[in-house]
Amino acid sequence: MTCMNHKHILQIKNLSVTFTQYEQGLRKTDLRVIRNLNVSVGEGELVAVVGSSGSGKSLLAHAILGILPQNCDAEGNIWFQEELLSPERIKELRGKKIVLVPQSVNYLDPLEKVGKQVRKEQNEKSLRRKQEELFDFYKLPQKTADLYPFELSGGMARRVLLTTAMMESPRLIIADEPTPGLHLEAAKKAMSHFREFADKGNGVLLITHDIELALEVADRIAVFYAGTTVEEAPVADFQSVDTLRHPYTKALWRALPQHGFHPFPGNQPYAKDMPNGCPFGPRCPQLTSECEGNIQEQTIRFGRVRCIHAK
Amino acid sequence: MDIGRYSGILKYVVKSIIKIISLLIAVSILSFVLVSASPVDPVRAYIGEVGMANMSVENLAKLEAYFGINTPPIERYWNWFTGFVQGDMGSSLLYRQPVASVIHVKFMNSMVLMTTAWIFSGLLGFLFGIIAGLYRGRWIDKAIKGYSLLIASMPTFWLALVLVMIFSVWLQILPIGLSVPIGVNAAEVSILDSIKHLILPALTLSVIGIANITLHTREKMIDIMGEDYILFAKARGKSNLSIIRHHALRNILLPAITLQFASISEIFGGSVLVEQVFSYPGLGKAAVSAGLSGDAPLLLGIAVISAALVFFGNLVANLLYGIVDPRIRRGSAYE
Ligand SMILES: Nc1ncnc2c1ncn2[C@@H]1O[C@H](COP(=O)(O)OP(=O)(O)O)[C@@H](O)[C@H]1O
Ligand SMILES: [Mg+2]
Repeated sequence: MTCMNHKHILQIKNLSVTFTQYEQGLRKTDLRVIRNLNVSVGEGELVAVVGSSGSGKSLLAHAILGILPQNCDAEGNIWFQEELLSPERIKELRGKKIVLVPQSVNYLDPLEKVGKQVRKEQNEKSLRRKQEELFDFYKLPQKTADLYPFELSGGMARRVLLTTAMMESPRLIIADEPTPGLHLEAAKKAMSHFREFADKGNGVLLITHDIELALEVADRIAVFYAGTTVEEAPVADFQSVDTLRHPYTKALWRALPQHGFHPFPGNQPYAKDMPNGCPFGPRCPQLTSECEGNIQEQTIRFGRVRCIHAK
Repeated sequence: MDIGRYSGILKYVVKSIIKIISLLIAVSILSFVLVSASPVDPVRAYIGEVGMANMSVENLAKLEAYFGINTPPIERYWNWFTGFVQGDMGSSLLYRQPVASVIHVKFMNSMVLMTTAWIFSGLLGFLFGIIAGLYRGRWIDKAIKGYSLLIASMPTFWLALVLVMIFSVWLQILPIGLSVPIGVNAAEVSILDSIKHLILPALTLSVIGIANITLHTREKMIDIMGEDYILFAKARGKSNLSIIRHHALRNILLPAITLQFASISEIFGGSVLVEQVFSYPGLGKAAVSAGLSGDAPLLLGIAVISAALVFFGNLVANLLYGIVDPRIRRGSAYE
């Protein structure tokens, strides 16, 4: 797929997200959980952001939507449909042109009935109709509307969260781990819905730790490691380990069941003790002293990679 | 009607009442031990040093019998307890009246005072707390928080004195103490007089209560505004007003109920001091007098009644919780 000549729906350049924390009450420390992140979604594209737990995926979603916590700052530029976003502009767009499918049922108000939340407390007939249709589509019983979030099963909660996104007519869906807890069939349904949505010329940013899921539906995959994208590659490159660019991506590839289940030792570093230069350095078989310097992103074969040894 | 739906709540209420009763027995035993162990000799406290010296041995013996000095403590408690269970709270040694009627009068006085303070501190504290929590870090939050911290760290009696200085001494618009004007026949006391005498003690009690409720509500509000469901509501483009109305207020209601009913015990404690400072003839002042003169029946009566009120407040809070919180209402978490 040659996505390069499409128009961008979402473009993120040099995004950094920093927490300001106070240690032992007084000493101020800055915790950079996302650094120099680049990612983009073109029209008609479904881009998966793949990374392990704690790599900053949810924060990326929250940064785009301008809902980071108070003690947290984002720097960098975000464009939506080629328009540079300001905090005011994102407030106008979110919930309308950009929607979020959040990560867990905790994102629903525990004291409000599901139906009312899905309709954002509105009661117009057309909205009720739309909600009923979506409940049907996701095989949610209509009486789900009268339940409170704590009465939903894990899978039902997921489908309700998906419904909230589909109630709008967005251009971009940001889905934060939308599948855990769903039955295979329901997960496939959600994915095919995203796929159709993208095929109509919209964009989907699918955040997941499940690389196999990403490979099935995505056009491109952005591999996230310790708060940055180490590689952005067309999904076709994942056919063989040789077309991949970054050692971390290759390690992920080898860890897949169909490629031998090779585990690789170590954990991603926590934001507090980040190594100099390449964050993957300490675990990398190709580590050299140059890796401790500044690593520029380079474009290789329609993909981008943050590794000086990449070919 | 489906009884099954309510059986959970019914069970909960019965369980709570059993718990309250056993707690009340514990409170009465504890109070009794404390009065018995107190170094105050009730006879001496009652007739004074001079009276003691002039008292004949026979009369002294009679008085001691009246005060029950020579009865073993366990028997005395048992007598009190069996009487209490049958609705007889005994006689106050100090007031020479049945404890029940003493408490009735004092209780009514205190109730007016405490209810006023309870409602005021609850409403205003809730309002201030929400505003401060919503505008966290802005000047209005700093003002509210600073004020609350100042008041909360102020001793009750000191605040009472400051208010007396301002309103009674300088401005001379409110009386210093008591619940009625001095030297006026009880029948001639007007409602206006009663209210005037109520204002300062109620104000003191409210001001202290507000600070506490404000600070707690503020904390809860800040927590709630950081919850994921608030984030998601923002992400869905809801207006601040809608978020506050539909999510923040709904969720702050639960901790607010707990706070409001938990504050009953604080207001009770505060009223003891406030009534003392203002010589307000309520339950708190009676409790202090009873303690100082070794009036065991009265003290026990007051202790049990106040504890019952506090426990009952908690029960009401928990039941309200059940009405407001669907997780309890529908999940029958009362079990
Ligand atoms: N409020 C916070 N304060 C400090 N660090 C945080 C906070 N929220 C998240 N983090 C850190 O940011 C990193 C990324 O979190 P998150 O985006 O939730 O990861 P993911 O979604 O990829 O599992 C984690 O290491 C986490 O510890
Ligand atoms: Mg996450």
